[in-house]
Amino acid sequence: MSTLAPDERLLRVSPLRKLLGRPELGSVVGALAVFVFFAFAADSFLRASSLSTVLYASSTIGIMAVPVALLMIGGEFDLSAGVMVTSSALVSSMFSYQMTANVWVGVGVSLLVTLAIGAFNGFMLTRTKLPSFIITLGTFLMLTGMNLGFTKLIDGTVSTKTIADMEGFPAARDVFASTLTVGDVNFKITILWWFGLVAVASWILLRTRAGNWIFAVGGNQDAARAVGVPVAKTKIGLYMGVAFGAWISGQHLLFSYDVVQSGEGVGNELIYIIAAVIGGCLITGGYGSAAGSAVGALIFGMTSKGIVFAEWNPDWFKFFLGAMLLLATLLNAWVRKRAEATT
Amino acid sequence: MTPATTPTDSRTPLVELSGVSKHYGNVRALEGVSLEVHGGEITCVLGDNGAGKSTLIKIIAGLHGHDAGTLSLDGEETRLSSPREALDRGIATVYQDLAVVPLMPVWRNFFLGSEPRKGTGPLKRMDVDLMRRTTHAELLRMGIDLRDVDQPIGTLSGGERQCVAIARAVYFGAKVLVLDEPTAALGVKQSGVVLKYVAAARDQGLGVVLITHNPHHAYLVGDRFVLLKRGTMVGNHARDETTLDDLTRQMAGGSDLDDLRHELERAP
Repeated sequence: MSTLAPDERLLRVSPLRKLLGRPELGSVVGALAVFVFFAFAADSFLRASSLSTVLYASSTIGIMAVPVALLMIGGEFDLSAGVMVTSSALVSSMFSYQMTANVWVGVGVSLLVTLAIGAFNGFMLTRTKLPSFIITLGTFLMLTGMNLGFTKLIDGTVSTKTIADMEGFPAARDVFASTLTVGDVNFKITILWWFGLVAVASWILLRTRAGNWIFAVGGNQDAARAVGVPVAKTKIGLYMGVAFGAWISGQHLLFSYDVVQSGEGVGNELIYIIAAVIGGCLITGGYGSAAGSAVGALIFGMTSKGIVFAEWNPDWFKFFLGAMLLLATLLNAWVRKRAEATT
Repeated sequence: MTPATTPTDSRTPLVELSGVSKHYGNVRALEGVSLEVHGGEITCVLGDNGAGKSTLIKIIAGLHGHDAGTLSLDGEETRLSSPREALDRGIATVYQDLAVVPLMPVWRNFFLGSEPRKGTGPLKRMDVDLMRRTTHAELLRMGIDLRDVDQPIGTLSGGERQCVAIARAVYFGAKVLVLDEPTAALGVKQSGVVLKYVAAARDQGLGVVLITHNPHHAYLVGDRFVLLKRGTMVGNHARDETTLDDLTRQMAGGSDLDDLRHELERAP
């Protein structure tokens, strides 16, 4: 990678120590531990079909954890991310149904509306300079109310009408909610969306100018502004990234069930944030990786499904989650200190 | 000695402030300050805490607009609306505490805000290899032999960080370098190293504005001295018009210093 001549003062860094410096290390160790644990605790955990179930559960969280991780590296939160997924699905479904249009029109309108919500979050944040916690808490509450209110107003119930018999539905389902068969194991297409997003996000973070700006606005906003980084644009872009993830998740939700429950999504925003933190994102910004968020999402998937395979009471899931979050955060802090220590 | 004499010069200064004032609400932060910066020269701005040094920097760096007076770049009267505009006009500012992003590697910091890119369309990317090589070479040219350009810049010493920031400004072709208290938090030896780089930048033809509250450091390298006190200019001297003792006395407030000496004297 580097073409620099080796420097004799630079102690040869052992590959192990280099590995310790990666932001996602803590989560990889955690993921292995969870994997081994459930491999012993649940007999069916190691079957290929179980693997596909776990990956599907991970992907539904992972698709959102990627942009949420990027946003966190950029130093901000988005509490509206969970209900935004539902809003995106509702807009798509209701527009198509009410206008009796091809569902792709609804999908397109939903993309625009969702991106606009993301832009609103970013714009409010950069203009008012209030903490993102407050701004997005406001959006979260407004969206929650609007999801229920509009659905009841238009459809009279808390769920939308089915759009399964409408034009374009099969094609849209192929894109957002189909199942691919590899050998004799079925994989959901969301896994591909997830891997694709991780790859694109990693490319952006590590190799593009925008990635440099994301690290900078999260690490030291004033320094970034002083050297000419467009801080507001970067942050608005990050919020629109979250909106884009919400759009993909929302369309998946819609085309898997063909109806949308308007009260869904509340509480998921915390799951995305936890996945990003378990994956090594620093809660104060400026540090983290997209791959780490994927590992965080995988830990989620393994734990939630592993508990089912082990035939335990699923209530324990939340306990595991909390313990995992604390352990991961402590491990990350320790690893980072070790890696940055100059001897 | 006559206070506030403006040194006359036939050349057009790179930066010229004339009677510049700035108010924050009903607070007068700066009143009627004039200074000029020429290429290959160092203009020192001296003042105690609260004298208005930071406000002056913010005006030159484009962070705040001025309320009265004129700001001219290359003889052309102008008004800077953003740090980006100041940078584009060749004014680079190195802040004491917010110069770098501590968690980012040195090479990412070096090019922050002006990343070189290659490729086209969606494959347009930073030229990482060039960035790492340039960072190492440019720092070496300033005399810093960095062990590893991948280390987070927060692991460098304060003096080294200042030098990286100065090297960055020089590399990006700044014509004017504004330094905010570059030696404030440093020891004697580190301060010497930083002043050496400031002189090196001057020798490359840059105009330098050195903000400091240390007249000793200022007199070591300065060609021109502007003294601020409580937001107003109390002195503006060329080097040959003043002495280190004069500067020190004016900064400390002349008679105030005598009073202080008197107070601190031990009873016989």
